[in-house]
Amino acid sequence: MPTFPQPPAAAEVAAAADGARESLAEVASSEATLRRFLHGLPGIDAVGLQSRAASLGTRSIKTTAKAYAIDLAISMIDLTTLEGADTPGKVRSLCAKAMRPDPSDPSTPRTAAVCVYPDMVPVARAAVAGSGVQVASVATAFPSGRAGLPVKLADTAEAVAAGADEIDMVIDRGAFLSGRYLEVFETIRAVKEACRRADGTSAHLKVIFETGELQTYDNIRRASWLAMVAGADFIKTSTGKVAVNATPANTLVLMEAVRDFRAATGVQVGVKPAGGIRTTKDAMKYLVTVNEVLGDDWLSPDWFRFGASSLLNDLLMQRQKLTTGRYSGPDYVTVD
Amino acid sequence: MSETTTPRLDVHKTYKLFVGGKFPRSESGRVYEVTDRKTGDWLANVPQGTRKDTRDAVAAARKAVGGWSGATAYNRGQILYRAAEMLQGRREQFAAEVALSEGVSTKKAAALVEAAVDRWVWYAGWTDKVAQIAGSANPVAGPYFNLSTPEPTGVVGVVAPTRGNGFSLLGLVSAIAPVIATGNTAVVALAPDAPLPGLSLGEVLATSDLPGGVVNLVSGRTEDIAPTLASHQDVNALDLTGVNSPEGPGSARALETLAADTLKRVRRPDVTDDWTAAQGTDRLLAFLETKTVWHPMGI
Repeated sequence: MPTFPQPPAAAEVAAAADGARESLAEVASSEATLRRFLHGLPGIDAVGLQSRAASLGTRSIKTTAKAYAIDLAISMIDLTTLEGADTPGKVRSLCAKAMRPDPSDPSTPRTAAVCVYPDMVPVARAAVAGSGVQVASVATAFPSGRAGLPVKLADTAEAVAAGADEIDMVIDRGAFLSGRYLEVFETIRAVKEACRRADGTSAHLKVIFETGELQTYDNIRRASWLAMVAGADFIKTSTGKVAVNATPANTLVLMEAVRDFRAATGVQVGVKPAGGIRTTKDAMKYLVTVNEVLGDDWLSPDWFRFGASSLLNDLLMQRQKLTTGRYSGPDYVTVD
Repeated sequence: MSETTTPRLDVHKTYKLFVGGKFPRSESGRVYEVTDRKTGDWLANVPQGTRKDTRDAVAAARKAVGGWSGATAYNRGQILYRAAEMLQGRREQFAAEVALSEGVSTKKAAALVEAAVDRWVWYAGWTDKVAQIAGSANPVAGPYFNLSTPEPTGVVGVVAPTRGNGFSLLGLVSAIAPVIATGNTAVVALAPDAPLPGLSLGEVLATSDLPGGVVNLVSGRTEDIAPTLASHQDVNALDLTGVNSPEGPGSARALETLAADTLKRVRRPDVTDDWTAAQGTDRLLAFLETKTVWHPMGI
């Protein structure tokens, strides 16, 4: 039974990242230099990218490798509930599931985190206390990102004060698409500051691009670099609230960006595809892609996460199939 | 210059599975050969459905349970009747397939197809009458109406008939129609040696307003498909009509043992050798659960 490391203290990661990023900081000294830098990034061959992503999805993963992949995928899930109808009871039951995904099989690993709205952070914090499951909170006027900076910072600070380990912020796609890169950059910087806690440690910052709204792969690459230079600890594809969420191709762009960023600066940034990943097969395609593009270094919950809710049930059913030899059904996993 | 007429090339039909209202090939990509029962000549390549195909079929059947069991009995009857109409419209094709599959004359095959049409109609009529014979108003010692009503069991795995006069279509219809008439959904393991009428029946059902997933037809080795259905935790009942291997993973004993783990309802193998005989309500009542409600009376 493999064990999967849980995320290290966010503070250590953040401190290391801040120092190394200084080498790229001058690109953001003005709107013009930032634009020159982002538009100087190499363009993406869309057809090549899609065929590469598709070809990585054709691998056949069976038996022991499949069992390992399933457990790894479970340990990478940010179990998410982001509904207007969320109640404290629903969040508590989600937390119980995150800590013990399959009560009938204690060898099932726990998920990496639960992901909730800021007002539910205290409930989640209390529910997962001591279990090692992190509490992630969306912030900055999720999912649209359309609010003034003070509101976004207050949103973030509230979640951090309530005990969130990780903050999932959204960028202002309107500003990004109209070319106001510096504004997006400064917002990420400011939110990163707001992630600091009173004791000097800092919550992990994930930056959501909403790739489905960025129109082109080139834009996704630019947004990735923009966020990484600004200080993101994780870059995340989508909110899960629009028509096009994580796809293998746009996640591949993110992966290439973090790979190149580490080569350039030595700083490792995590990747989180979110939304639309529902089956074990989908999850395994992403894991294959991680392994092929990024290698072992990213194959851990510290550096790769799935933002998902229904994926967990499918993984559990497949896991039951592997242990018992018979196909399981939705009656044998909890209803979210 | 002499006139030569080149013979027209036949367009062979690609037989496919029927799962979730769609016609997929087997996920394995494999096919096997079906032969003429009398001469042994090659007839067609049919998909060799696997355990995964069966699992997909069960998932499709499960998805269809809510809508189909919630449809009014009257509506289900109309849809079954519509299936009979569609079957009648294609009876020549079916007669040819039945003749080749069972090794009977075309004339006899045509009679068997007509009997199959009539059987659909007969079961279509039963949809809104089952509750009258399987339900009851129970006398109780208190001020209550006490009513028992039959409800569908859920997903039923069916091992299609493999022998008996008219098994390949009439027998298949006699196994599927009673299962779905009462609001269940079905995953059917077709007779491995005679799957052609069954696979074509999928095309009939697809054009009959039957919601996708209510009937799923999988051809292939019964040793693969039947144990998957029997052990699947999301299958509620099992009809072993066509099981005839005395031992091994496809035997009735092995399947019943697997099914026992999840407390499935099981209907034992059928020994009938003539599917043209009247069916009775036996099969209709085999896959029902009784719900009893107490309702205060008066006031």
